[in-house]
Amino acid sequence: MKSRGYNGKFLEVDLSREKIKVLDLEEELLEHYVGGRGVAVKFLWDRLGAEWEKVDPLGPENLLVIAAGPLTGYYPGGRICISGKSPQSNGIIGSTVGGEFGVDLRCAGYDGIIISGASKDPVYLFIKDEDVEIRDASHLWGLDGKKTLVRLTKECRDELKRRYPRFGEWKDPSILYIGPAGENLTRVAVVMEKWTHAAGYGGYGAVMGSKMLKAIVAKGSGPLPDVYDPVKTFSLINRVYDLCIARDGMRRWGTGSAGYSVGYSLSSEPIRNWQEEWHDEKSFGVDRFERKVWVKRYWGDYGCPTTCLKIAVVKTGPYAGAITDNPDYELQAYLGTNLGIFTPEGNVYVSSVIDDLGICGINGGNVLGFAGELYQRGILTKDDLDGLELKWGDPKAFAKLAEMIAYRKGIGDILAEGTFRAALKLGEMKGRDLMPYVVQVKGTGVGAHGIRSKMDYPTPIAYACSVQGGDHTSVARLPIHSSGSELIRIMCDSAVICIFNFYPDPSLIWKFYEAVTGYHQTAEKWANGDGLRILQIQRAVLLLGGPDFTWDPRIHDDNPLRFYEPLPSGPYKGQAADRKEVEDLKRQYYEAVGWDENGIPKSEVLRKLGLESVDKALEKVRERYK
Amino acid sequence: MSKKSAIWIMRDLQRCSGCRLCEIACSLYHEGKIWPEASRIRVFKLVPGLEFPHFCTQCHDYPCVNACPVNALSVNEATGAVIVDKEKCTACGKCIDACPGRIPHLHPNGKYILICDLCDGDPQCVKICQRAKYNVLWIVPRSGVEKQCRLYARTPEEITEELAENIYGKFKEVYK
Repeated sequence: MKSRGYNGKFLEVDLSREKIKVLDLEEELLEHYVGGRGVAVKFLWDRLGAEWEKVDPLGPENLLVIAAGPLTGYYPGGRICISGKSPQSNGIIGSTVGGEFGVDLRCAGYDGIIISGASKDPVYLFIKDEDVEIRDASHLWGLDGKKTLVRLTKECRDELKRRYPRFGEWKDPSILYIGPAGENLTRVAVVMEKWTHAAGYGGYGAVMGSKMLKAIVAKGSGPLPDVYDPVKTFSLINRVYDLCIARDGMRRWGTGSAGYSVGYSLSSEPIRNWQEEWHDEKSFGVDRFERKVWVKRYWGDYGCPTTCLKIAVVKTGPYAGAITDNPDYELQAYLGTNLGIFTPEGNVYVSSVIDDLGICGINGGNVLGFAGELYQRGILTKDDLDGLELKWGDPKAFAKLAEMIAYRKGIGDILAEGTFRAALKLGEMKGRDLMPYVVQVKGTGVGAHGIRSKMDYPTPIAYACSVQGGDHTSVARLPIHSSGSELIRIMCDSAVICIFNFYPDPSLIWKFYEAVTGYHQTAEKWANGDGLRILQIQRAVLLLGGPDFTWDPRIHDDNPLRFYEPLPSGPYKGQAADRKEVEDLKRQYYEAVGWDENGIPKSEVLRKLGLESVDKALEKVRERYK
Repeated sequence: MSKKSAIWIMRDLQRCSGCRLCEIACSLYHEGKIWPEASRIRVFKLVPGLEFPHFCTQCHDYPCVNACPVNALSVNEATGAVIVDKEKCTACGKCIDACPGRIPHLHPNGKYILICDLCDGDPQCVKICQRAKYNVLWIVPRSGVEKQCRLYARTPEEITEELAENIYGKFKEVYK
């Protein structure tokens, strides 16, 4: 029986052999792994698990999985999940991005795409319903993000008009693409959609680049797949509309008010590479963004009644011509305060440059901040930086360094490896330990929400115990079935919905899921069953790691060292993460998710979940820490 | 049933958020499904940030109706909307070429043309756009704007170009 809410099909594209086929999905897979992150995790484990440690994330043996979920297109606010073996964590990260791509793909008849192998020459993938082609992209290779997108949109739309002349005007197809950072295999490269929309965590832009895949274009002309209970589904859609429409502040400002408020009222915003987390810079208030740079106040993705994004343009001054969306809080923080930049224009400018290069705002901002602190401390000099004076608050200097990273020029070649790997290399070169300045967990930069003030949502173990490392959208939290826990975020990323439209009533996702698919789930059932199974596989591959680095949970299930330094300013001055508290919470968390004292999933827990192959693979990890 | 008076959907394209709630409402009403390409109102995004809804403007001289060789198009006297007779329509595309904005398009099933029918005087797209407080679309009496309606019948390329001028100004060339 065909599962409701799904097409039940994935595209399988082998770029080495230039072969394309359609994979029919089994109902059992959909019932237990849902879609998005869950299905990606299952595919990756089944196909790469046996030799996980040997798989080079940037080798042709890695897979890029692009997966929509059953709620993509139905739950208001369209998103899709990108995954694979992560060049940042060497595990699996489910990285979601908003836009229309997921809806177009589902309307073309597929729930996802698995890309294997690697092309010899630059290519892009073109999908129009059942017509799927691998095409030459040599004319696009090397182009920045915005140019890639605008050109490819025009090219493909013109072609649709030529091919189907009686149809009339074709809407633009949806496009996922990479910028130069992805082409040059930087571990901070993103997969992008529209302007500034990025699947950031994970570094999957580099995986696309390693496959010489510049873009994926999708145009679907069918309806979304049928649902199990249409009446309930459409009444739930209306319920989410009402809840979201009522949130005026979120709609008006998006997260763009947080660049000021998270620093000022929560004391948890990264400032100059997290040396501080508090500021009272009113020049960075949301009102300034509104008046000076926002030219579109409400901008959103498919079916979204919140439209928390905004279009920002700098029209005058040294940064004139910079175009980006919002910037949202993460980019205000990481490409603003974290670099000592406190003006909307400077922030929009660095964001715009980062977009064009295809670098992750968070992980890129993290490594830029790291370099900034090394310069401040005299560890990196002007000579090391090819003459660049990397002073806090100078947007042009940080933009220049971002460009060096994207093109791997000079020191950019080392920084392109991401903060953690760069710190190892630079530490070796400089003959000193640079880990005190590294704010990341398991290869992934920590999101812009600190833990020291205890005012923000992440708990002391939020990042330390997450299977996605520093990812602020997937944090460890107890109890494991609570709406902010990693287990529940796995559901959000598997059904593939936007967490901003999930917050207003977290109970709706289960009702929605049942109305669309007919499968019954509750938060408790999920967190102890299907959700936990996905978490265990993610944990297992994170511990298996390789080939360049393997995490030791006894050392790496921890916060960045900086979080143990007392906050130097603001109302929570003196506060820091507490080692004993972190250890206590860690034990409790391990217990709750079924991990042993070393943080390795217990044999009996895995077997109860039917994960015998995972259990077997972890035997050598258990042996390692005996 | 009370006698309807002809209406027009006033549009402020620059405010469009690109959310596509109008598309969803339209295809649910007409097709019973979420079906972006079968929606009578379609949001174009040739350049991000320049999204806009593209749908029938009900020109006072109805060039599409006049161009139809098989009399499949007619005007609903009460609402002013163009009505497509699905049985008669041969999907020849002459109405598309006659429309100054190339607004009509083929149903994805390939059998007939889609043109906004104003939901018989109660447009679903306007309802959701108003409910979501975007205020891109609202209803005005057709009398008084009748001769200006067709000004809004422009091709997606023309509209994009003009919105770019307004929103991105002199920087619109940068990303071409």
